[in-house]
Parts: sequence; structure tokens; C-alpha cells
Amino acid sequence: MKNDKAETIFDIRDIRVSFDTPDGAVEAVRGIDMQVGAGETVAVVGESGSGKSQVMMAAMGLLASNGRATGSVTYRGQELIGLPRRKLNRIRGAKITMIFQEPMTSLDPLYTIGRQISEPLRVHGGMSAGAARKRALELLKLVHIPDPERRLKSYPHELSGGQRQRVMIAMALANDPDLLIADEPTTALDVTIQAEILGLLAELQQKLGMAILFITHDLTIVEAFADRVYVMRQGVVVEEGATEDIFQRPAEDYTKMLLAAEPEGHKPPVPDSAPILLDAINLSVTFGHKGGFFSSGFELKAVREVSLTLRKGQTIGIVGESGSGKSTLGRAILQLLPSEGRVVYQGTPIHGFDRAAMRPYRRNLQMVFQDPYGSLSPRMTVGEIITEGLLVHEPRMSQKERERAAVKSLEEVGLDPATRNRFPHEFSGGQRQRIAIARAVILKPTVIVLDEPTSALDRSVQKQIITLLRDIQERHGLSFIFISHDLAVVKALADYTIVMKTGQVVEEGPTDVVFDSPGSAYTRDLMEAAFDLKTVLERQASIRA
Amino acid sequence: MFGYVLRRLLGAIPTLFFVVTASFFLMRVAPGGPFDRERALEAKVLENINKVFHLDKPLWEQYLRYLGNLLRGDLGPSFIYRDFSVQELLGSGLPISIQLGGTALLVALFFGSVLGCIAALRQNSWIDYGVIAVATFGITVPNFVVAPLLSLIFGVWLSMLPAGGWGNGSPANMVLPVLTLALPQIAIVARLIRGSMIEALRSDHVRTARAYGLPSRMVVVVHALRAACLPVVSYLGPAAAALLTGSVVVETIFGLPGIGRYFVQGALNRDYTLVMGTVIIIAVFVVVFNLIVDLLYAVLDPRVRYD
Repeated sequence: MKNDKAETIFDIRDIRVSFDTPDGAVEAVRGIDMQVGAGETVAVVGESGSGKSQVMMAAMGLLASNGRATGSVTYRGQELIGLPRRKLNRIRGAKITMIFQEPMTSLDPLYTIGRQISEPLRVHGGMSAGAARKRALELLKLVHIPDPERRLKSYPHELSGGQRQRVMIAMALANDPDLLIADEPTTALDVTIQAEILGLLAELQQKLGMAILFITHDLTIVEAFADRVYVMRQGVVVEEGATEDIFQRPAEDYTKMLLAAEPEGHKPPVPDSAPILLDAINLSVTFGHKGGFFSSGFELKAVREVSLTLRKGQTIGIVGESGSGKSTLGRAILQLLPSEGRVVYQGTPIHGFDRAAMRPYRRNLQMVFQDPYGSLSPRMTVGEIITEGLLVHEPRMSQKERERAAVKSLEEVGLDPATRNRFPHEFSGGQRQRIAIARAVILKPTVIVLDEPTSALDRSVQKQIITLLRDIQERHGLSFIFISHDLAVVKALADYTIVMKTGQVVEEGPTDVVFDSPGSAYTRDLMEAAFDLKTVLERQASIRA
Repeated sequence: MFGYVLRRLLGAIPTLFFVVTASFFLMRVAPGGPFDRERALEAKVLENINKVFHLDKPLWEQYLRYLGNLLRGDLGPSFIYRDFSVQELLGSGLPISIQLGGTALLVALFFGSVLGCIAALRQNSWIDYGVIAVATFGITVPNFVVAPLLSLIFGVWLSMLPAGGWGNGSPANMVLPVLTLALPQIAIVARLIRGSMIEALRSDHVRTARAYGLPSRMVVVVHALRAACLPVVSYLGPAAAALLTGSVVVETIFGLPGIGRYFVQGALNRDYTLVMGTVIIIAVFVVVFNLIVDLLYAVLDPRVRYD
């Protein structure tokens, strides 16, 4: 779709965005130039806080009420910044449309899909209700939603994440736009669904010829998908150029760093003689409730007869897409959820232990969670958070000894011990995850279950956390159960991998074997969608052709 | 849906039974009786009266007798308003209370929503602060202050409206009591709507509606307001039950023949049957309105499904 002579339709000149906060104005975007030609696919890449989304919000008049934009954004010569809302409303939703990251919340939960797709049609095209409905049905067919007739009457909560994103795309295409701005449209989706959605976008672009402005933090997508790239950092464009050039010959250090931020490393398997720490046998977890006198029951088998054996020093990676039961399995092993089966920790059957019985084992079996924002109490200082476990497990420890332990574990995770009197909100996502790790490590556990510990983090930060986990594991001889949907991270950290789907183990084995020669079709699809997106998209294109 | 309603109504039976039983015995535990006077009645007379009302029987027999009558729809005679049955008293007063409370509720919903919306749309402007100030005033100033003030200003000084009385329900007579009842409700609804509206306006799906160039009116009314209504609806159940069953203060100050005053008068006079009758009415209203609210929730929010 590359065309050097394409007319520039979207022209951003020296745009600045600032937000009024109680601490004064904060400049999120500091003078940016960007152009998109007709029919072109342009990617804007940057980590969180780079201002990449705010540029688009400013252009579309969607900034939060405390935000201000200066500079110029023109669409086919028409200035958008400062344009009265009535005039702007003739462009947005018709000529320029957007899809957003959060397919769960971007659609109104109170209205049917049909109605929401119809709205822009009726507003911009002046269509009658009947005509809009007909067009909405066509659009749902265009984005390959199964059973489109029925889906028109469905509400967003009745659709999966991928289907909702298809609905958003249908809405975006309703008025044959000139430019589609896609703000991290696949970030919240599983890799296989991501490949489908990207394939769909490529297909639709070929059919309809609109330009796509693609905002993402994920370089693998950019490489497979975009003609040109803008790399953003801290509110400015660091580098721009054709995708190939940027990937082959990056000029700026930051771009090089981003390109090198893919998780690296390899963990050799532990010898078979390594002692077994934790043995889970035929674990099953069922959610739901029995039917009562007045209601019918429902049951969902989230985990079905999964077994795993964790040896000393080992890292077992559990991968799977959302709903595969991987997190549930992690919790069931730690007795945080009722389950069926058997769990043996160092010879003691701990399965079915209640809270009191589990307490002595808790210090040995620690957990780190995905969300570094939600899992740290906002009203406790970092020092208090880290040492809270010691109060339970080392009640005789003096205040001074606890302080010393806190200092030591903060140093160990690479944080300045002087920061221990601060509160979690003063730390970045990566730092918070270090705090969460420090909280686990301070108790000198033998096993840590890590539930998507890197998923909320930027790639460059992820890389640091992976290095940290690896160091800590070596130093203390820890064993990890590492749960993630991110195959690249698991490949770098785990020596044994279990692939799960709908509560069952699809495949398991040494990481090298599972990744290099996957035995099942499902694992192969998963690997390809994660590591070779380009091939997947090319194949999809050739099938279409 | 029908099965759900049936289940809820069946589920209300034990609730009502418990309310009836608890209030029956609590009333009897209170010292004094319906026929205690400053000058005690002659023993023989009291004995005869007690006999007529079955008060000479053991308590459990009185209780069973009351339950039996209740099942037949008979609330019994009032002990104080001679020659009136409780049905007659409540039957004449309830429509008036419902009319007053219902009007006040509608007024409160309308003005509360409008004020709340305006405040949310103009967040942190002087309009917003004004609405918050008025709302705080409406909640903090009690109705026994508002009612006489309104009566004094509009009824006595300006002579625009009747200072009190029912006047067979003429609109002029209703204005001041409705206003008194509605004022705190307007304030509460406005605050609720303002809060949920601010949240709704920041939500992702409202951003989507804006990004698709929908006119502001449509964004606000269709996409934000409907979501913002949900918390108000859950407040509405108990509020409606309270408003429709009358207010002692308002009925007393404006001299209105609703049922709110029966509750207090009945309790003070140990008019056992009248108090029981009022309690049952209130309990039924609470149960019914909570059910209506839950059903309304399912209508407003497709994610809520029963059965």
C-alpha cells in the first residue's frame, strides 16, 4: 500500500498538548509533526506516557476537560484544532473514525450492537432507521461476525473481546472513512485474535482504500502491518521513516533500545535429580453453584485434571489465552481456591488445608500478581507493604530487624532503600512490580507463583523485570510457576512449558521443544501469531487473493 | 421474568409475617394501653371495653385472632377513633398520601435530574457550585422548618396559596406540601445524578459516541444519562415507599388528612390495630417498590437478567 506520491490527507504540525493538574500544567505532547497520505498505513510507536494517544485525542477534540491543545491538525486542508464542535462532528465519525484499545468498555453496554452501528449512519448519512439497519447488517458481514442477523440484537456483554473489536471496526467503516485511527486496537486481545483483527484491518484497507493510523507499543505489529513508522518518546517524535528502514537501520538509540527490548535469555532445564518441591495431581476447579429450589444451577469447569511437578530451581511456564484457566490453576495450587485433586508440598499433602492450616506454608509459597496498581495497598508505605508478611511469619522480629530486612530486599530488587517511606502511587508500574517481588522475596520462600507479572508493563521495563527475576532465582535457588499469555516472556524465563486451553493441558514439555517443534496445531497457531505475525498476515492475504 | 416476580412475591410473605409479628409484640411490650386515661376508668367499664376488643384474652390468642382476621383482610376496629375500622381510616387517608407523595416524587425526579445534569455538564463552574449549595441546603434544612416558612411566606404574607388544609385536593392546596416533601428529594437526586453523570461522561463509551460525531444532546441524553440513572433508580425504591406512605410533619403542619399522622398518633395512643395497619401498609410498599426497582433495573440495564 506504499505510495510516495499519495496526497497528504492528515497533517499534524507542531501539536502540543498540556493538562492542568493541581501541581501545575503538565505537557504530554511537546511539538509533533506527522503526516498520513491517502491509503497509507502509518504506525505511531511508543511506550506508555509517550503521548502517542493524546496526539490523536487532541486532533479529534476528545481531550479530557483539563487538557488543552495548540498547533495545527488539518484534514484535507480543514483545520481541526479549535473547530466548532458542530463542524468537527461532520468530520469525526464520517471522514475520520477511531477504534480504541478497550473493547470491553468502548461500546455502550445499554444499547444493542445494531443500534450503535446505526447511530453514526443516521447522524452523518441521514439514513432512515430501516436503511441504517440494513447497512449495519452488511457491515457485520463485512467484518465476519458469525450470525450477523442475531448479533444486531445482541448487547456488547454478550460478545467476546475479539467480536466487540470487530463491531467497533464495523462502526468505524460505516461511513466509508478516509482515515481510520486505531488506538492500540489489539492490546487487550489474545495473540491469535490479534492476528485475526489485524488481518481483517488489512483486508478492509485493501477493499476500501482508507488510510490507517495505527497507535501501538508493540513493534511486532508495526513490522507486519505498517508502511511508515513514527517513534515517540516523552511527547516528541524521536525518529520516523519507512518501516523497513527503521527496523533494519534504526538511527536513534531509543529506537535501537525498543527494537532490542524483546525478552531475551534461555534457561537450561534442571536435572532430573533435583528434588521435587511441589506436586499437583489431577487438579480440577469448578465454578458455579448447584441449582436451588427456585433457580437452576450452572457449572463451569475452569481447570480439568491438570497435573504438574515443580522441582527445585525450576521455572514452569504456564501459557494460554484468556479463559484457559491458567490463573485459576495457579491459585488452586496455592490453596487460594477450592479444588479437587491433590497438592503435595515437600512431602506434606496441603490440599484442602484451610487458612489456619496453610499459614505456616504461606511464607514458602508466595505469589506476585499482574496488576501492580491494584495489588499494593495505597494507604501503606512501601516499607510497611514489604514487611507486613514478616509480622505474621516472624512475629519475634524487632522493628529494627524488619527495617534491615526491608532495606536488604529493596536493594535486591534494585530500588533505593531510602524510598521505603513513600507510598505506592509515587512509583511507576515497573517499580511497583519490583516492590511486589520484594514483598515475596523478603520471606525467603521456596516457590513463587508469578501471575502475569510483566503483562501490564512496557517491553523495556519487562526486560528489566525478567532479568531481576532470573537473578533472584539464581541467588536463592527459587522455583517459579510463571503464568503468562506472553509467549516471548515465557520463552525467556521458563525451562518447562505447559500450554493450556479451556482448562486443559494441550501440550507440555521442555521449553525448547514446545517452542521449536510444537506438537499440537493449537500451539503452532499460538507460536506463529506471537512470533511470526508477518507470515500469518501474508498467508491471510494470499488466501484472500 | 414472570417466574421471578412470583418468587419475589412469595418471598415477601415471610418478611411481612415477621414484620407483623414483631410489631404486634413490640406494641404490647410498651407500657400503658389504649384505654388508660389520666383519670382511670371504672374497673367494670374497663373490663367491659377490654372484653369487646378481646384484650382480656391471653396474648397468644389475641395474636392468632389478629392473624386470622388479617388473612381475611380485616385490620380490625380502631381503638381510639371510635366507630371507625382501621380499613376505613387508611382507606380515606392513603389516596391523599399517595397523591401528595407521588407528585412530590415526580417533581423531585424531574428537577433533581435536570439540576444534576446541568451541574455535571458544567462541572466546577459557578452553576455547579450553585447546585451543590442548593442541594446541601435542601438536605440539611429539616421539613419542620421549611413547611412553616413556606406557609408563612406564600400563605400568610403573599396570600398566593392556601396556608394549609386539603381543600378536596385542589392543586393550589397541594403546592406547598408537595414542595416541602420534594425539596430534600430534589437535593438528593441532584447529587446522585451529578456524581454518576460525571462518571458516565468520562466513560469510554461516551468518548466513543463523541468520536463518532454524535450531536452533544444525543451523547448526553442517550449515552450518558441512561447510565447515570442506574444509581438513582436503586435509591428510588425506599424513597418512594417513604414518600407515598405520608409524612407526619407535613400532614400535621398543613393539616392534611393523610395516613402519616396515624402512625404517630396511633403509637402515642396505643391504638394497637391502627399502628399495625400502618406498619403493614409501609411494609407492603417497601416490598413492592423494591421489586419494581429491581424490575426497572432489568429494563434499563440489559446486563441484568432474571432467570
